[in-house]
Amino acid sequence: MAWILDGVAGLHAALVEAGYTVIGPTVRDRAIVLAELESADDLPYGWGVTLEPGGYRIRRRADSAAFAHSAGPQSWKPFLHRPRAKLWDARRTDDGFEVAETREEAPRYAFLGVRPCDLRAIGILDRVLTGDRYRDDAYAARRDGVFIIVVNCTEPGETCFCVSMGTGPGADSGYDLALTEFAGEGRFLVDVGTEAGADLLARIEHRPADPVTETRARAEVDAAAGRMGREMPAEGLRELMAGSLEAARWDDVAGRCLTCGNCTMVCPTCFCTTVEDVTDLTGEHAERWQRWDSCFDLDFSHLQGGSVRTSTKSRYRQWLTHKLGTWHDQFGSSGCVGCGRCIVWCPVGIDLTEEVAALRREGEKSDG
Amino acid sequence: MAPKLAVWKFASCDGCQLTLLDCEDELLTLAGEVEIAHFLEASSAVTEGPYDVSLVEGSISTPADAERIKEVRRISRRLVTIGACATAGGIQALRNFADVEEYRSVVYARPEYVATLAESTPISAHVPVDFELRGCPIDRGQLLEVLSAYLAGRRPGIPNHPVCFECKMRGNVCVMVAHGTPCLGPVTHTGCGAICPAYGRGCYGCFGPSARPNTGSLKTWLGDIGLARPEMDRMFATFNVTAFTEVPDDPPA
Repeated sequence: MAWILDGVAGLHAALVEAGYTVIGPTVRDRAIVLAELESADDLPYGWGVTLEPGGYRIRRRADSAAFAHSAGPQSWKPFLHRPRAKLWDARRTDDGFEVAETREEAPRYAFLGVRPCDLRAIGILDRVLTGDRYRDDAYAARRDGVFIIVVNCTEPGETCFCVSMGTGPGADSGYDLALTEFAGEGRFLVDVGTEAGADLLARIEHRPADPVTETRARAEVDAAAGRMGREMPAEGLRELMAGSLEAARWDDVAGRCLTCGNCTMVCPTCFCTTVEDVTDLTGEHAERWQRWDSCFDLDFSHLQGGSVRTSTKSRYRQWLTHKLGTWHDQFGSSGCVGCGRCIVWCPVGIDLTEEVAALRREGEKSDG
Repeated sequence: MAPKLAVWKFASCDGCQLTLLDCEDELLTLAGEVEIAHFLEASSAVTEGPYDVSLVEGSISTPADAERIKEVRRISRRLVTIGACATAGGIQALRNFADVEEYRSVVYARPEYVATLAESTPISAHVPVDFELRGCPIDRGQLLEVLSAYLAGRRPGIPNHPVCFECKMRGNVCVMVAHGTPCLGPVTHTGCGAICPAYGRGCYGCFGPSARPNTGSLKTWLGDIGLARPEMDRMFATFNVTAFTEVPDDPPA
């Protein structure tokens, strides 16, 4: 059963009334970023984006659609998996020291406007950070009870390839509510995913969707699947990565790669962190902080005697072969959801779909 | 007895020393933990060396300073350079790429009174250095981190990665990608907290090159957005000109 919603102002108000901090897309610094929405008016009505490798521009649209834009500068990751987080404090005592674990009061988030690719990414983070005995408690606390409102994608960007990764453009589960926007009409089709979703919907004005409208919404999402700006066939990717460790292409990409780490930090599934211990001037007080780390950092692989992966080639290879290959062995899925952020936010526009295609060609040549 | 701290000035603008006074909240604590034994910018009262930690600001640009730094090293258990001048030669190292005699004759009314070296060089070109703090000026947090680390007998936690790490962690929108603004962030050592991009400006490279930077690739990008070679070279020719000049345009192996 699907429903029709006239605008999302009522939905936003109901979320706030239910005690949620609502996070969603809004225009800031000439980009559509994710931030707290004070009201539904903060949504980027009438804004779209133009994407290319290493390039992002917002542009005015002819209509007033709120969600007609593809992946922005950051995913939902920073809200769940903080860039920096204090793990504990320690104080010196007469006979040693005392540790006080940091327990952060986790906000109660509602994510408004989660793309299906990003929804899958959150699922992957769940698996990595809470799925086995090494749990990230801070992540779990933040993730617990997040109210998720998906907006199915009808506006894929030039660097999108969720279809190849099997993550979009429509979501079939994992959300509380899923919207499909009729761009410029101010109307949304609503699917209910959970009881919490149904409860919330019951608090706002909505009406049953007529079959014609529902069919139109489904067709728009289906049509989006045919407008992907990129493709990266998933078949055989894992084997390709395993078989390409000595490929010449890594040298080629190393010539362009800045090892700046931007791809890993905008990636909605890259999860690596390091810990830093700090003491204050008195030496009476110490803190342990966790912060995002990246396999592109020279110190990431620092072991006794130095870094293991000093060359750019080895660092890029580590990232790509983990993301597309060994991630399967470790977590049972690919680490890539096809959002295209690593392509757009690489300052020099390195395009992983292109790198993978080149590795494929090289592999075929050497096989043939 | 409290460890003795000394601050020394060579060719510089004093901005990095001021960072120590700028520690405000921590300054009294610091004064309680160490004896500030030699810090002429703050006090003319001087306690004789040797010193446990010497903070050295400025580059070596005169024959007298080339001798003085040896004496500073001799009486210092640990020598930490503070800032782009002491660590890379500073903006005054632009002279290294020009004729210093010509400068001297044009700038000074009585050039014969000015004893200067042909090149401005970092402290490490003259004496062994225990730690180099980057920046123009240095970051207060990094300075306190190094001092706290030495007081606790641990290694300073100063990362070597590029500014982009801090930029992304701060939640900045990339000025290169979203605005097409020339930015040295991807090849510049972290430490400032990505201040300039946070205000919509490209990174000026105040902290010098990051570990194994790929400046050649960045220059290709700068060329693609329409920067001519001289403009590009000027971006790199500021506070850390010598350090950036030493970076080959070929990608790091």
